[in-house]
Amino acid sequence: MIHFVLHEAKDTVAVAVVEGIKAGATLTAWIMDDDKQVQVTALQDIPIGHKIALKDMSTGDTVFKYGTDIGRVIAPIKTGEHAHVHNIKTKRW
Amino acid sequence: MISTKTTFWGYRRENGRVGVRNHVIVLPVDDLSNAAAEAVAHNIKGVMALPHPYGRLQFGADLDLHFRTLIGTGCNPNVAAVVVIGIEDGWTQQVVEGIAKSGKPVVGFGIEQHGDHDTIMRASKAARELLQAASEKHRVECPISELWVSTKCGESDTTSGCGANPTVGNAFDKLYEVGATLVFGETTEITGGEDVIVKRCRTPKVAEDFMVMFNRYQDVVNRHKTSDLSDSQPTKGNILGGLTTIEEKAMGNIQKIGKKCLVDGVLDKAEIPGGSGLWFMDSSSAAAEMVTLCAAAGFAVHFFPTGQGNVIGNPIVPVIKICANPRTVRTMSEHIDVDSCALLQRDMVLDQAGDKLLDMMMRTANGRLTAAEALGHREFVLTRLYESA
Repeated sequence: MIHFVLHEAKDTVAVAVVEGIKAGATLTAWIMDDDKQVQVTALQDIPIGHKIALKDMSTGDTVFKYGTDIGRVIAPIKTGEHAHVHNIKTKRW
Repeated sequence: MISTKTTFWGYRRENGRVGVRNHVIVLPVDDLSNAAAEAVAHNIKGVMALPHPYGRLQFGADLDLHFRTLIGTGCNPNVAAVVVIGIEDGWTQQVVEGIAKSGKPVVGFGIEQHGDHDTIMRASKAARELLQAASEKHRVECPISELWVSTKCGESDTTSGCGANPTVGNAFDKLYEVGATLVFGETTEITGGEDVIVKRCRTPKVAEDFMVMFNRYQDVVNRHKTSDLSDSQPTKGNILGGLTTIEEKAMGNIQKIGKKCLVDGVLDKAEIPGGSGLWFMDSSSAAAEMVTLCAAAGFAVHFFPTGQGNVIGNPIVPVIKICANPRTVRTMSEHIDVDSCALLQRDMVLDQAGDKLLDMMMRTANGRLTAAEALGHREFVLTRLYESA
């Protein structure tokens, strides 16, 4: 069963593609471009469609998804935490 | 599996374009004419009224867009014939003449000096004749290259960028190879990914034209915004679904043009393309607005990937909904035509997902009603550029 997907190995966040992901669970993330799978442990509940952090990030760091810059970190994030509007913001507007 | 030899059964119109539906529509020029238009559609079973709230005191580019959209809607090859109703004869005739250039039957009625009842009676008689004539039209076999397909995503979430949009992209790559005419747009939703689009433009001139439109839209946003748009773009629905920034949304959006298509040209809102290939249309990211613009530009079928569950359709163009979010497919199944969830479980590869969509496209083109058509979703939403005078 695949729980998370990411596009490239460079990505620092992955997307939950199943419901019911709870804190403490060790799950499978699928790197789509390489067709490789890695393990990741959720530190928080991650709703379906939401993102989990794949590495520790500090305020001001760039977030990578699709192998590309998709925004900046506005509050420190630990590997396995829920990554969304409370800790990531656009660089554009 | 499509190839250059693939064919579909379509309605060949007077100007050579091919449609996949055979609608007779009653088109109001302005908001005053909605009541009469709806009364005609009530009298003649099978004609469809397209009411809308605008058409008065508009001027300049906004007025040009209004006429272009109404005329383009009438000219769309999915439309067999049109009855136009307006409050006065001048603008009514302008719309009639615009649609008449397509060669299809079109007639207009102005309400002033007649009143609703006399207008409804005369328009109903005309509508009945047009409907009965249209009902004798037959589908003929046409090459796949004559199918025009548009795309726009809506109520996106992260499964859109990971699953549903790449499914469309794979289908677009295959349609591009067989010479179809394709369009994508949603100008603000490219924000963060504009460099990617520029690299996909066929010539430096196309890239330049694209950046002019992109920057023009950015100026509109910057001039009027009061915050960082984190309620409107991405929308609350996007955010609830897990999308965090416009850059992330843009990269997901761009998946819809696949890996191989080049952007061959750039269109203004509701502008009809002058050749085949993939076109970028400057357009709103609001779902029904953009599909309405694509229909006005002559596109016959629409691919609509959704994450959280967008429900809109269009009066004259079948809108095919694709979804890779298992919760949406489960809770909103009546709205979904193509389920791509297996892609995100590694139970299906991208080529298979694209072929599954193309298979539904063929069935839809040949007559199968989409979920939105069966549910009666006929959103007809005109784009405005600024206030009326």
